[in-house]
Amino acid sequence: MPANSSPTGQPGADWATLRLRANLLARIRAFFAQRDVLEVETPALSAAAIPDQNLSSFAVHYTGPGLRYGQTLYLHTSPEFPMKRLLAAGSGCIYQIARVFRDGEAGHRHNPEFTLLEWYRVGFDHHRLMDETVDLVTELLTGRVSLREPERLTYHEIFQRRLGLDPHRAMVPELAAGAKTQNLSIPPGMPVDDPDPWLDLLLTHCIEPELGQGRLTFVYDYPISQAALARVRPGDPPVGERFELYLNGVELANGFHELGDAREQRCRFEAENTARQAAGLPTMPVDEKLLAALETGLPECAGVALGFDRLVMLAAGKTALAEAMAFSFERA
Amino acid sequence: MATYSTNEFKGGLKIMLDGDPYVIVDNEFVKPGKGQAFNRARVRNLKTGRVIERTFKSGDTVEAADVVDVDLQYLYNDGEYWHFMDQQSYEQLTADATAVGDVAKWLKEEAICQVTLWNGVPLSVSAPIFVIMTIIETDPGLRGDTSGGGGKPATLETGAVVRVPLFVQSGEVIKVDTRTGEYVSRVKE
Repeated sequence: MPANSSPTGQPGADWATLRLRANLLARIRAFFAQRDVLEVETPALSAAAIPDQNLSSFAVHYTGPGLRYGQTLYLHTSPEFPMKRLLAAGSGCIYQIARVFRDGEAGHRHNPEFTLLEWYRVGFDHHRLMDETVDLVTELLTGRVSLREPERLTYHEIFQRRLGLDPHRAMVPELAAGAKTQNLSIPPGMPVDDPDPWLDLLLTHCIEPELGQGRLTFVYDYPISQAALARVRPGDPPVGERFELYLNGVELANGFHELGDAREQRCRFEAENTARQAAGLPTMPVDEKLLAALETGLPECAGVALGFDRLVMLAAGKTALAEAMAFSFERA
Repeated sequence: MATYSTNEFKGGLKIMLDGDPYVIVDNEFVKPGKGQAFNRARVRNLKTGRVIERTFKSGDTVEAADVVDVDLQYLYNDGEYWHFMDQQSYEQLTADATAVGDVAKWLKEEAICQVTLWNGVPLSVSAPIFVIMTIIETDPGLRGDTSGGGGKPATLETGAVVRVPLFVQSGEVIKVDTRTGEYVSRVKE
């Protein structure tokens, strides 16, 4: 795809947008400086990688020195693991503006490399972190995007309101019937026993485009199967203390009330690697350094990763990511 | 069986769905924050022209449609089928009324047409954008009128009827735009 689609070598973003990009970066740094959150940098290359089967890490080869046969290293898909190691080592609140890499993701809203703003707040839960996310995003978008009062909806509410479905309890036949009612084209090969891809289908096709119209909309408390790195709050049903932020139908950020239990984290990694194997995907080396850090103790904290390029796109009134970055994948 | 991965999806790609050949009109990659990625494609049925939406799990494969566009020379109509010839191989191909459709009225013998073949069989026929044809019948118009306003119907040698300016007469040769079915100009023989 990068082959010669832009033989002129011209950037895909205009100068006003590139200046806005630089301005937003400076204001993000000022925001966190004012709140005493420390800027950090962590490695983009690691011997370990996230085993989440819906994330694909670029594998690169390190030839040495220090290793006779070299070693496979992975480009990070987010700086989460080393940042948690800093937290466990006593860093206090930290943030990072990192270039991250995800294989297999390209489109209007996706680029295989992009900029994540990721920050962690010690002592916060996911609701307090949503408050701060509103503060930051509102400050950055004021005068550019008109925003009504922010809203918070549970994952259950968005499915109940739009589709009349209970996402925590509905099984595949009910979700499939819901998709049919919405006249969705059902992709071939959808699983008969795993509701998550069905929830993702309904979410991306029916719900997401309508979320956050003219306001910051948070979706929170996810099914435990989609908790990822969030803690699970027991209850009926139990939920993952995770949130997503949407603005004008664009998913902007994902946050967690962070899981600090090393044993639970190891179990999730192993389950994800098992799922990768079942799907015919290569398994990923588990990050033992992260697990060791969790063993020593992760402070109570919440963390969130915000897609900076999408924020620039919305702030600049653009509709494609390629218009918000100097050289998107097609031009790289 | 040739296949395409969703990673190869782009406008113009020909794929098989439910036994029919389709062409991809456009394709969007959608992925929730965490979770399954999809390719959401709009596809046009090459037999019916209908555009529908189809979603695929990203990374899945779809059967490729053996659909190619070739330039063939139109030979004649035998009352049921339209006969074409490949000018390189001299191979003759026949198209039925479904494939030819409304284009039939623009087909003049020896004209070069673009024919879409599916598994080697004509699926659809496109008329040349401009055709030159003789008027076989039209009402005599006023000699002095050169404005072209108003106009009158004229029947062409293939049976097609187009509106022509009043000054154009039977027996004259005209150029027609087949995309709009409109008269373009007179052609000097």
